[in-house]
Amino acid sequence: MKKIIENGGLKLHLLKTEKYKTNTIVFKMKTPLTKENATIRALLPHVLQSGTNTYPSITEIRSYLEELYGAVLYVDLQKKGEYHVISITMELANEKFLKSDEPLLEKGITFLAELLLNPKTENNNSFDQQIVEKEKRILKQRIQAAFDDKMRYANLRLIQEMCKNEPYSVPVNGYLEDVDEITAQNLYSYYEKSIAEDELDLFIVGDFDENEVEALVREKLSFTERNPKYVSKAISHKVDKENVVIEKQDLAQGKLNIGLRTNIRYGDNDYFALQVFNGLFGGFPHSKLFINVREKASLAYYAASRLESHKGLMMVMTGIETKNYDRALTIIKEQLKEMKLGHFTEDELAQTKAMIQNQMMETIDTSRGYIEVLYHNVISQSNVTEELWKEKINEVKKEDVIKVGEKIQLDTVYFLSGMEA
Amino acid sequence: MKRIEFKQLDEELYFEKLDNGLDVYCLPKRGFNKTFITFTTKYGSVDNHFMPLGSNAFIQVPDGIAHFLEHKMFEKEDGDVFQTFTKQGASANAFTSFTRTAYLFSATNNIYENLKTLIDMVQVPYFTEQTVEKEKGIIGQEIQMYNDNPDWRLYFGTIENMYHNHPVKIDIAGTIESIADITSELLYECYHTFYHPSNMLLFVVGPVDPKAIIDMIRKDQAARPFKDQPEIQRRFDDEPENVRENGKILKMNVQTPKCMVGMKGNFINQQGDEMLKTELAVQLLLDLLFSRSSNNYRDFYDQGLIDDTFSYDYTQEETFSFALVGGDTTDPDQLESVIKKVLLKAKTHENLSEQALERMKKNKIGSFLRALNSPEFIANQFTRYAFNEMDLFRVVPILEEITFDDVKNVASSLISEDRLTVCKILPKNE
Repeated sequence: MKKIIENGGLKLHLLKTEKYKTNTIVFKMKTPLTKENATIRALLPHVLQSGTNTYPSITEIRSYLEELYGAVLYVDLQKKGEYHVISITMELANEKFLKSDEPLLEKGITFLAELLLNPKTENNNSFDQQIVEKEKRILKQRIQAAFDDKMRYANLRLIQEMCKNEPYSVPVNGYLEDVDEITAQNLYSYYEKSIAEDELDLFIVGDFDENEVEALVREKLSFTERNPKYVSKAISHKVDKENVVIEKQDLAQGKLNIGLRTNIRYGDNDYFALQVFNGLFGGFPHSKLFINVREKASLAYYAASRLESHKGLMMVMTGIETKNYDRALTIIKEQLKEMKLGHFTEDELAQTKAMIQNQMMETIDTSRGYIEVLYHNVISQSNVTEELWKEKINEVKKEDVIKVGEKIQLDTVYFLSGMEA
Repeated sequence: MKRIEFKQLDEELYFEKLDNGLDVYCLPKRGFNKTFITFTTKYGSVDNHFMPLGSNAFIQVPDGIAHFLEHKMFEKEDGDVFQTFTKQGASANAFTSFTRTAYLFSATNNIYENLKTLIDMVQVPYFTEQTVEKEKGIIGQEIQMYNDNPDWRLYFGTIENMYHNHPVKIDIAGTIESIADITSELLYECYHTFYHPSNMLLFVVGPVDPKAIIDMIRKDQAARPFKDQPEIQRRFDDEPENVRENGKILKMNVQTPKCMVGMKGNFINQQGDEMLKTELAVQLLLDLLFSRSSNNYRDFYDQGLIDDTFSYDYTQEETFSFALVGGDTTDPDQLESVIKKVLLKAKTHENLSEQALERMKKNKIGSFLRALNSPEFIANQFTRYAFNEMDLFRVVPILEEITFDDVKNVASSLISEDRLTVCKILPKNE
């Protein structure tokens, strides 16, 4: 049972199900991504989860959550197309499975309200200085950590190169050099602004009394009405010239990441055919990339492609020996060509559609997966239901996939090479 | 077929031991789309010294062979079983750990067909010299991927420091050199020794009819010609209690240093409730010392020694056990020193609080409940527990039983200076 309730500036999504032992709460705030706001937004939720006026430090907050039968609380950041999304997630045991009748969901919602609306402040115009300074240090480490995970690093660098002059190139955690400019005061001002202006959504999934939960949310989480900012509809991006970027580091394995423009986004009519294209090309173990780069040529352990659905990109990634760069690139390009020529069988098409359906059914089996699927509609201002998704994927025909292929252009090849080459 | 009900959790479990020795479990999950099935053998990377079936001499096999075998089970005379699964709309996978090799799939349709494919795949081996050679390139790249991963190197670096002889110190995938020695005959030898149904467990979780599932498996297995097999003879060399090396530094292409303190465990050869209780008590001990609600965590955080990569973990199996504490840090020497100080203080219980323990127990009960949302957790953990004669559904009752004295006792006996070691990863250019 799905129910959406407008509550001032907050859209409340209630999803009632008996599937889970827990109740899940996800709060999301979103605004267009810019070079200027990414770093401060990356810091904000971490400061919020570090102290409130009632629970003034991490120690008190975490002790309280443990008391609530190990309530989960975490914050994270996402780049969804050219939006920056802050998420705060809580998951609480459903007390009907405990030898306790503590109203855990009610306490969880109350706690979330405390976190969002009663943060630890100084003089009513600043966050706690010490908390902010400590979290700035950790944010710097978080930004630097991207360098140490080479798969992540290669993907980040590809996007930086490919989308140079687009907001999408801004990293989700912002920039190292911008961290020091943040103060407890200017962060607090940004907090007030974003709480007043961001698009806000609250998802609650589990087994609960909808009326009670709705009343509680109305009481505890009231936000003024607003007109959220939207990114203007993207214009089609033409690739003039294929860009090749090679960077050398001391590594055992080279990372070859390739960015393609699809110019098709979630909510577009041909998005479903694009899903099928990606599935045939690199989404599964029966896809062309896995079969040809890994199984036939033994060049790699992983070789796959995935979509950036809200930006209109397709990303290919594989890890290879540096000396095999040319061979791997040639095979990947050949496979793209095969796809564009429609060189795949009706069987493979049916198999891919079945896998995509299966993947979706499995995703919505988890409360967080379900919420992410629903949030795609918020981002794209569309309304793709599960039923529509199923129907549209089933309808995709070979010629639809070929048509989608005509729009796909290889934009940038990024190779993080080992030293041997 | 036996049915066990867990009223408080609103779950039920069906079980049957088949004539050929295979243990089959089914946990129906109403309301779910997905069915998740694992077929696991009690055979992992540590089982590298054993008496092959039909032989009376022990042999030592190349490092990484259990994992190599896992890869090769997917290839058959008529092609790649991955493809059969995807044709039937299932996502298949497999993994090898220190003590287990698991083959699994998830699907929302064609459950019986896919289950049949899974059983055929695992029970009908097919290895040739040619396919074995081809796999060396793929696994070589898997090994290189891990070689570039600083967290993996830190993890194995710490374990390597702890053990003199025990094969847990060997990387699960082996090395490019060690896998070069793998042949199809060796794979068959390992296969026939460890893949007998009596050494395996099949777990089904999802929106299924347990009776129909177990009937199908029983019929399938009855038709296959398995002969009873004697008990597997594994050998582990004597392992001293102290660590092999106090510390090690690895230089890598990273920006942020990493530090992991390892504590070699001395709880070995435990099984059943005894093991479950030890495992939970040690986990609670680590929660008391290092969770985000602890004073120690606050001190480390205030001193700028840790960030959100800080974590801790305890692993216990029949023949080895260890705890790990650490993460990214700008001052690995200082982090090492404070972690060790906290551990050694806990040996005399100075920094343990009974009140906090009650909270940690609640915390763990809630976490267990949350984990039951996950079919993957249920199947994988149930199997691991069963291979150690433990019962996953005893977690909550045993947790409730654990007293402050139990936690103090594990602290006294586990913590010892000569069982501590550290591994650090430092940027290469320093």
